[in-house]
Amino acid sequence: MANIKRSPWLLHYDGSSCNGCDIEVLACLTPIYDAERFGVMNTGDPMQADILLITGGINAQNQPTVKQLYEQMPRPKVVVAVGVCACTGGVFKECYNILGGADTTIPVDIYVPGCAARPQAIIDGIVKAVDLFQKRLEEHYEKKRGQGGNEVSANG
Amino acid sequence: MSMTEIILVVCYILFAPLLGGLLDGIDRKISARMQRRVGPPLLQPFYDVVKLFSKQVIIVSRSQIFFLLSYFVLIVLTGAMFFAGTDILLCFFVMSTGATFLYFAGMVTSTPYSTMGANRELLQMLAYEPAVLLTCVGFYLAEGTFNVSEIATSKYSAILYLPGFFIAFVFILTIKMRKSPFDLSTSHHMHQELVKGLTTEMGARNLAIFQVTEWYENVFLLGVVGLYIVNASYYSLIAVVLVVLFTFFLEILIDNTSARVKWDTMLKLSWGVTIFTAGINLIILMIIK
Ligand code: SF4
Repeated sequence: MANIKRSPWLLHYDGSSCNGCDIEVLACLTPIYDAERFGVMNTGDPMQADILLITGGINAQNQPTVKQLYEQMPRPKVVVAVGVCACTGGVFKECYNILGGADTTIPVDIYVPGCAARPQAIIDGIVKAVDLFQKRLEEHYEKKRGQGGNEVSANG
Repeated sequence: MSMTEIILVVCYILFAPLLGGLLDGIDRKISARMQRRVGPPLLQPFYDVVKLFSKQVIIVSRSQIFFLLSYFVLIVLTGAMFFAGTDILLCFFVMSTGATFLYFAGMVTSTPYSTMGANRELLQMLAYEPAVLLTCVGFYLAEGTFNVSEIATSKYSAILYLPGFFIAFVFILTIKMRKSPFDLSTSHHMHQELVKGLTTEMGARNLAIFQVTEWYENVFLLGVVGLYIVNASYYSLIAVVLVVLFTFFLEILIDNTSARVKWDTMLKLSWGVTIFTAGINLIILMIIK
């Protein structure tokens, strides 16, 4: 079994957040917190991402986008909801356009609470996600054996 | 082929990816230190490639893997021919053919980011090709041969005749190694305006192949830098290592201190520098020789 724990690449998607949590996600990459110590890279590309960091709640307009991003990520993958908005809908919960947290649309694995979530908490969440990422690889291998190969076509 | 050449070729094929990956790791470490960060572990590039190979492969276009493998084979062939001491002109022709296959690998996906990245890759080729061809011409004028092994074993280092050509080559090395300010088609850094440019639609295994090919290519390019320095005496090898490492450090420094430019600026700059430095050098060389 390959050790994939050391190379988690992130995809950061901003749902309908107030941008508070997004600033904190970026703060993780600054010299003070330097998430690259753990091999974390912030790619903008779902095809290359391992961990989906989602901030802000889901609304009627971004729901298909979030779903599509999740489906474009190759297995094994992990989803981390950052901030209470992404966990439950947070302060925007009662708004007419908000459907709720990220788990209304895609399966969320790790919830990072806080408004805004602190960089320490986010890095903590990523470290937890990395462990799960390694576990998912085993599941991925089993599925691979089931479907008889490692390849799937993008158009179905 | 002599014994040493065979050993060199085998070493290149076996160890170039290790050396290239290590250089990549050093690059990321030094870049991090320049930004006052701790940075990833030295072996991070290898961890990344191992992970990429174990992920699920989502196929955007069936032919992409064919083009990528062609790119891989041709670049390995380029380096192998170089270290076998054959014709340097031929090495660069094979390298350009390989780069064309990379262009196709980006093009076949027919998605906007990827195709735009591929188009920029062509522009980059347009920008560095004159300097590459002039390098060959320079070696011929200085040493009277295109043959790499004869150039490497000549009495004096080629750089004594070709300082201008050397500057032009190091300048376009920035384009070839995908360093800022000329990392237009795809970048090693996160979030560029084209997402990941040329490599946007390459995930998992395909990206890993691309990465390993880059390592082979970088070792070959640094080898050409070394060819400027090396001569018949064994002591010159020390100078080769020092100059290659210095050039590599220079590229990292440029990468971290400049912002990406537009394609027309890149074209003007690279052609300008090439024509100015290599051109003047060429004229002087033709007068005195
Ligand atoms: S959790 Fe707070 S800081 Fe984060 S997006 Fe929601 S409102 Fe903004």
